Amino acid sequence: MAEFFWTYLWPLLVILVHSLAVLVILLVSIAFLLLADRKIWAAVQLRRGPNVVGPFGLLQSFADMLKFVFKEPVIPAGANKGVFLLAPLVSSVLALSAWAVIPVNEGWAVANLNVGILYVFAISSLEVYGVIMGGWASNSKYAFLGALRSAAQMVSYEVSIGFVIVTVLLCVGSLNLTDIVLAQKGEYGMFNWFWLPLFPLFIIFFISALAETNRPPFDLPEAESELVAGFMVEYSSTPYLLFMLGEYVAIVLMCALTTILFLGGWLPPFDMAPFNWLPGVFWFVLKLCMVFFMFAMVKSIVPRYRYDQLMRLGWKVFLPLSLFMIVAVASVLHFFDLAP
Amino acid sequence: MLIADAFFYLFATTCVAAAFMVISARNPVHAVLFLILTFVNAAGLFILLGAEFLALILVVVYVGAVAVLFLFVVMMLDVDFAELRAGFLAYLPIGALIGLILLVELILVFGSWIITPEIAAHITTPAPPMDKVSNTEALGLILYTKYVYFFETAGVILLIAMIGAIVLTLHHKEGVKRQSIPTQVGRKRDESIEIRHVEPGQGL
Repeated sequence: MAEFFWTYLWPLLVILVHSLAVLVILLVSIAFLLLADRKIWAAVQLRRGPNVVGPFGLLQSFADMLKFVFKEPVIPAGANKGVFLLAPLVSSVLALSAWAVIPVNEGWAVANLNVGILYVFAISSLEVYGVIMGGWASNSKYAFLGALRSAAQMVSYEVSIGFVIVTVLLCVGSLNLTDIVLAQKGEYGMFNWFWLPLFPLFIIFFISALAETNRPPFDLPEAESELVAGFMVEYSSTPYLLFMLGEYVAIVLMCALTTILFLGGWLPPFDMAPFNWLPGVFWFVLKLCMVFFMFAMVKSIVPRYRYDQLMRLGWKVFLPLSLFMIVAVASVLHFFDLAP
Repeated sequence: MLIADAFFYLFATTCVAAAFMVISARNPVHAVLFLILTFVNAAGLFILLGAEFLALILVVVYVGAVAVLFLFVVMMLDVDFAELRAGFLAYLPIGALIGLILLVELILVFGSWIITPEIAAHITTPAPPMDKVSNTEALGLILYTKYVYFFETAGVILLIAMIGAIVLTLHHKEGVKRQSIPTQVGRKRDESIEIRHVEPGQGL
């Protein structure tokens, strides 16, 4: 019995505690990042943003959560009930499960997978299902149009994200997220991170991440001015909360991925005295917040794209550019004998 | 092994049950959703076999891209199932025949492994041991080093198929307003603005 406990139940308990810790920290940070998003947006528009609940409105997200949970879930009469309720669950559970492999410091990941980056990519390619299922099951034309738009948009931008990831992998020689960060370690500190050597790809990845997570200026699936709220139009209370949660977790995931792929993960900007006293988690969170700030700024200052412009950007600009970069980077690595 | 066995039976039964639901679901969208469940469970079985690269590629390609397009098309179609069911009996013999052929082929493939175990020795490229190379590397060696010409031939065939699909669907309609970025960017001030002095009370 004791052996059974130590071989099977103990690892299970450890994994459970790890996952719970990640979940709780992630959800609390999401609450504050959501508030930060609204505050930044408000500041750009010379408004004050949420400032009533708690000091400086810090507890606004929790008040919103309570409000959503206590409201009545309305399910439209013509809706396909099972799929309608499954869609927000799919959206939020998938977004949360991708966090299992994100290393926030050396060795600080729930699962240190060999194919970690592929796992994150697979999960983020599944996120489109929440949107499509929700849009279809609502039995409403606005929701359906939003779902169709988002399906096309997310599939298109996944292609360029995939190519960017392949280029980074060429320089690393491993699919493990920890190895990707460690490969960026070098004597030039922050100038060794991949954002500089692979500069155009950093921009391509950032913009594609905006499109992949349906953030403005690419928020066509929920364009308020034409589709009301797109695929979420029929949702209310907790299902709506789950959709919002899934969306924001996916956004923060993309920020984390940008940090890991291009900004050196938990590495300090320079490997010398004042910088490397701080733990790696600090640098990881700082970089993540910086990328999130960029996301929020883009949301507040860039006008929404038209749908054909969005498709043009994805297929005619990013796809050829990222394909060219794969060939160029692979040739440089091969002919200068730099391949890992 | 207890936990691995439990997971095998979980994935396998869900996979078979979901596959059955694909053909028995009344709603075509539900059928596609069950198909996705089947794919995901098959990926779980791959992971139990230690083929994590193949499993995740299955999820990325089939679930993340192919099935999305399936779902896309099925949602747009107005499928009348009563009409489809009407022809069920007429097509039953053909369907049964195809199913029978597939079954015989499966029995032949797997039966030969059981009847003649020495057939395993005839495999030209045995899988390298797992402790030496990861399965990502092993797949890469086989595809890009050993069989690179076959791989490139497959790529060229796919490219031709893609160009064919584009040629079949591309037709330029006359009189449709399109945005042309080079024309927009290349526009000069003097070819788009004309300054006229208008006398008061006269107009142009």
